[in-house]
Amino acid sequence: MTSSMTMDRTTDAATGFLGTRPEGSRMTIMQSFSDLMHQRQERETHKRTRPVETEVVAKLDVRNLNFFYGEKQALFDVSMTIAERSVTAFIGPSGCGKSTFLRALNRMNDIIEGARHNGTVLLEGQEIYAPDVDVVALRKRVGMVFQKSTPFPKSIFDNVAYGPKIAGQRNRKALSEIVEQSLKRAALWDEVKDRLQDSALALSGGQQQRLCIARALATNPDVLLMDEPASALDPASTARIEDLIFELKQNYTIVIVTHNMQQAARISDRTAFFFQGYLIEVDATQKLFTTPTKKQTEDYITGKFG
Amino acid sequence: MSVAQTTPPLTLKPASGLIKKFSLTRAKEGVIKGLLFVCASLSLVTTLMIVWMFLTEAVFGIGGNTAFFQEVSLLDFLTDTQWSPQFSEKHFGILPLLCGTVVIAGIGGLIGLPIGLAAAIYLSEYAKPKLRRIIKPLLEILAGVPSVVYGYFALVFITPYVLRPIFQSLLGIDVDVFNAMSAGIVVGVMIIPTVCSLSEDALRSVPGGLREAGYALGSTNFDVSLKVVVPAAFSGIVASFLLAISRAIGETMAVCIGAGLMPRLSLNPFRSMQTMTAYMVNASLGDTPAGTIEYKSLYGVGFMLFLITLGMNILAQRVMKRFREVYE
Repeated sequence: MTSSMTMDRTTDAATGFLGTRPEGSRMTIMQSFSDLMHQRQERETHKRTRPVETEVVAKLDVRNLNFFYGEKQALFDVSMTIAERSVTAFIGPSGCGKSTFLRALNRMNDIIEGARHNGTVLLEGQEIYAPDVDVVALRKRVGMVFQKSTPFPKSIFDNVAYGPKIAGQRNRKALSEIVEQSLKRAALWDEVKDRLQDSALALSGGQQQRLCIARALATNPDVLLMDEPASALDPASTARIEDLIFELKQNYTIVIVTHNMQQAARISDRTAFFFQGYLIEVDATQKLFTTPTKKQTEDYITGKFG
Repeated sequence: MSVAQTTPPLTLKPASGLIKKFSLTRAKEGVIKGLLFVCASLSLVTTLMIVWMFLTEAVFGIGGNTAFFQEVSLLDFLTDTQWSPQFSEKHFGILPLLCGTVVIAGIGGLIGLPIGLAAAIYLSEYAKPKLRRIIKPLLEILAGVPSVVYGYFALVFITPYVLRPIFQSLLGIDVDVFNAMSAGIVVGVMIIPTVCSLSEDALRSVPGGLREAGYALGSTNFDVSLKVVVPAAFSGIVASFLLAISRAIGETMAVCIGAGLMPRLSLNPFRSMQTMTAYMVNASLGDTPAGTIEYKSLYGVGFMLFLITLGMNILAQRVMKRFREVYE
């Protein structure tokens, strides 16, 4: 078992050990997650360039958030703290509220008609729903990457330069630097550096998604929200995005919604499980996947439903 | 140990009831297909007949008739600066009519295109759905107002109550009773619904994900509209513009009444002008006997108009195709 776990994680994601769910395999699945954790720890010790920080600083602090779409309540009294420079994964079945919660963190739900909420969302102690908060400025600090890659029908360069441009950056040289740096951070530079003026729509799906990440990075955010960023990608592209997330967390606070529990286990420090609008459990990823405290969490990650 | 099993040979059973010499269903299908084909080809046939009519009346005469361009040289037609078919000394220079058309369609475009696009952006990007459901049908009603009404609006309202107080009383510029400006303004108003409706369709078909991505990058509503949605819908917007300009060029009654019937080669929009369409109306309504040169000049002008609109449509197709290749 252990030897099979050390094989390339791309293959692992493709075959998926949750593919078959025979009854009574719960322990095996838990064991698998445990192996995955172990494998990941090895990888982290190899990759880590930054000394482990002892103090955890809260970046986002959500308290008693209720969220409504018209009459329908989508989130019930959710409270959660998200640490700086970490990856937090949200898992749960479709319609459980995880995307709504993610979108509440940069007020993307504002543009949906009939959306309202109560409770507080604090970014570095500042209530982001306060009346005098500038939503535009907030979204520059809390960037977002969507499930479906959404490159603008412009050139690669103009896509990445979009954010700085609307923020008032006109200097061509400064823009070039931002574009280069952002593309490098998104691990796309080498593939596109000779064709920055080509249409972004000519890129492959995986490249488009990394372009969207580069575009989000170009506005110099410190939080990056990702709504299933790899769910439409093939295993190889998924692996690249995951590697990238791993790199990015050294400088950014990352919150990621995912349907893929192996992905959550591979990349996140903390995992939150949502179900029917409630936050059921949030804990260190390793703990949540190996020794969940709630029955619903255990049922979900062992594949009994969802 | 059995080696590879041999599959038994397949036996074919003869199909029953499949072959029929004649079936009612198939005959019905054939009739329906034929009828649909006739409908589909009707507009093409009509266009071809129009082209044939223009060619025989304007370019080469058949059955002993002499065509317009056989009596008036093409060079004179295109370069002569006077249009006076009703005078004893006849001149057939298209330039004054072309000038009237271009000036009026130009004024109409300058007014109608930006306002139409702005209205489309408002409806698509700013207006609440409830408001859009009220405003859009209202705008489309505007398209249903007969153009003769617009013509009288230009003549009895815009010229005396808008243009004259501003330009004549205040700025001292003479404004004719019939003038190109008033006609241009109403033509502009007339094309607003076309531009707005088609552009709004184009803007609304831009995927919502692009808007969300724009907002997520810290865009204001205006940034998203102008820098994300409008560029993405560019080909549709250009198409709506060209269609609207085609309509402005072809507009007849409003310009007849608003701008008058005076062929004049001038860029002064406050003078009376005659457009190509207005001349055609004038010539065909008057007592122009068939076979005379005045009568034939109708076809010369009509042919010219046909070529201009055709050219515009080809241009529209090209532009749309080019931007499609880049963006989709």
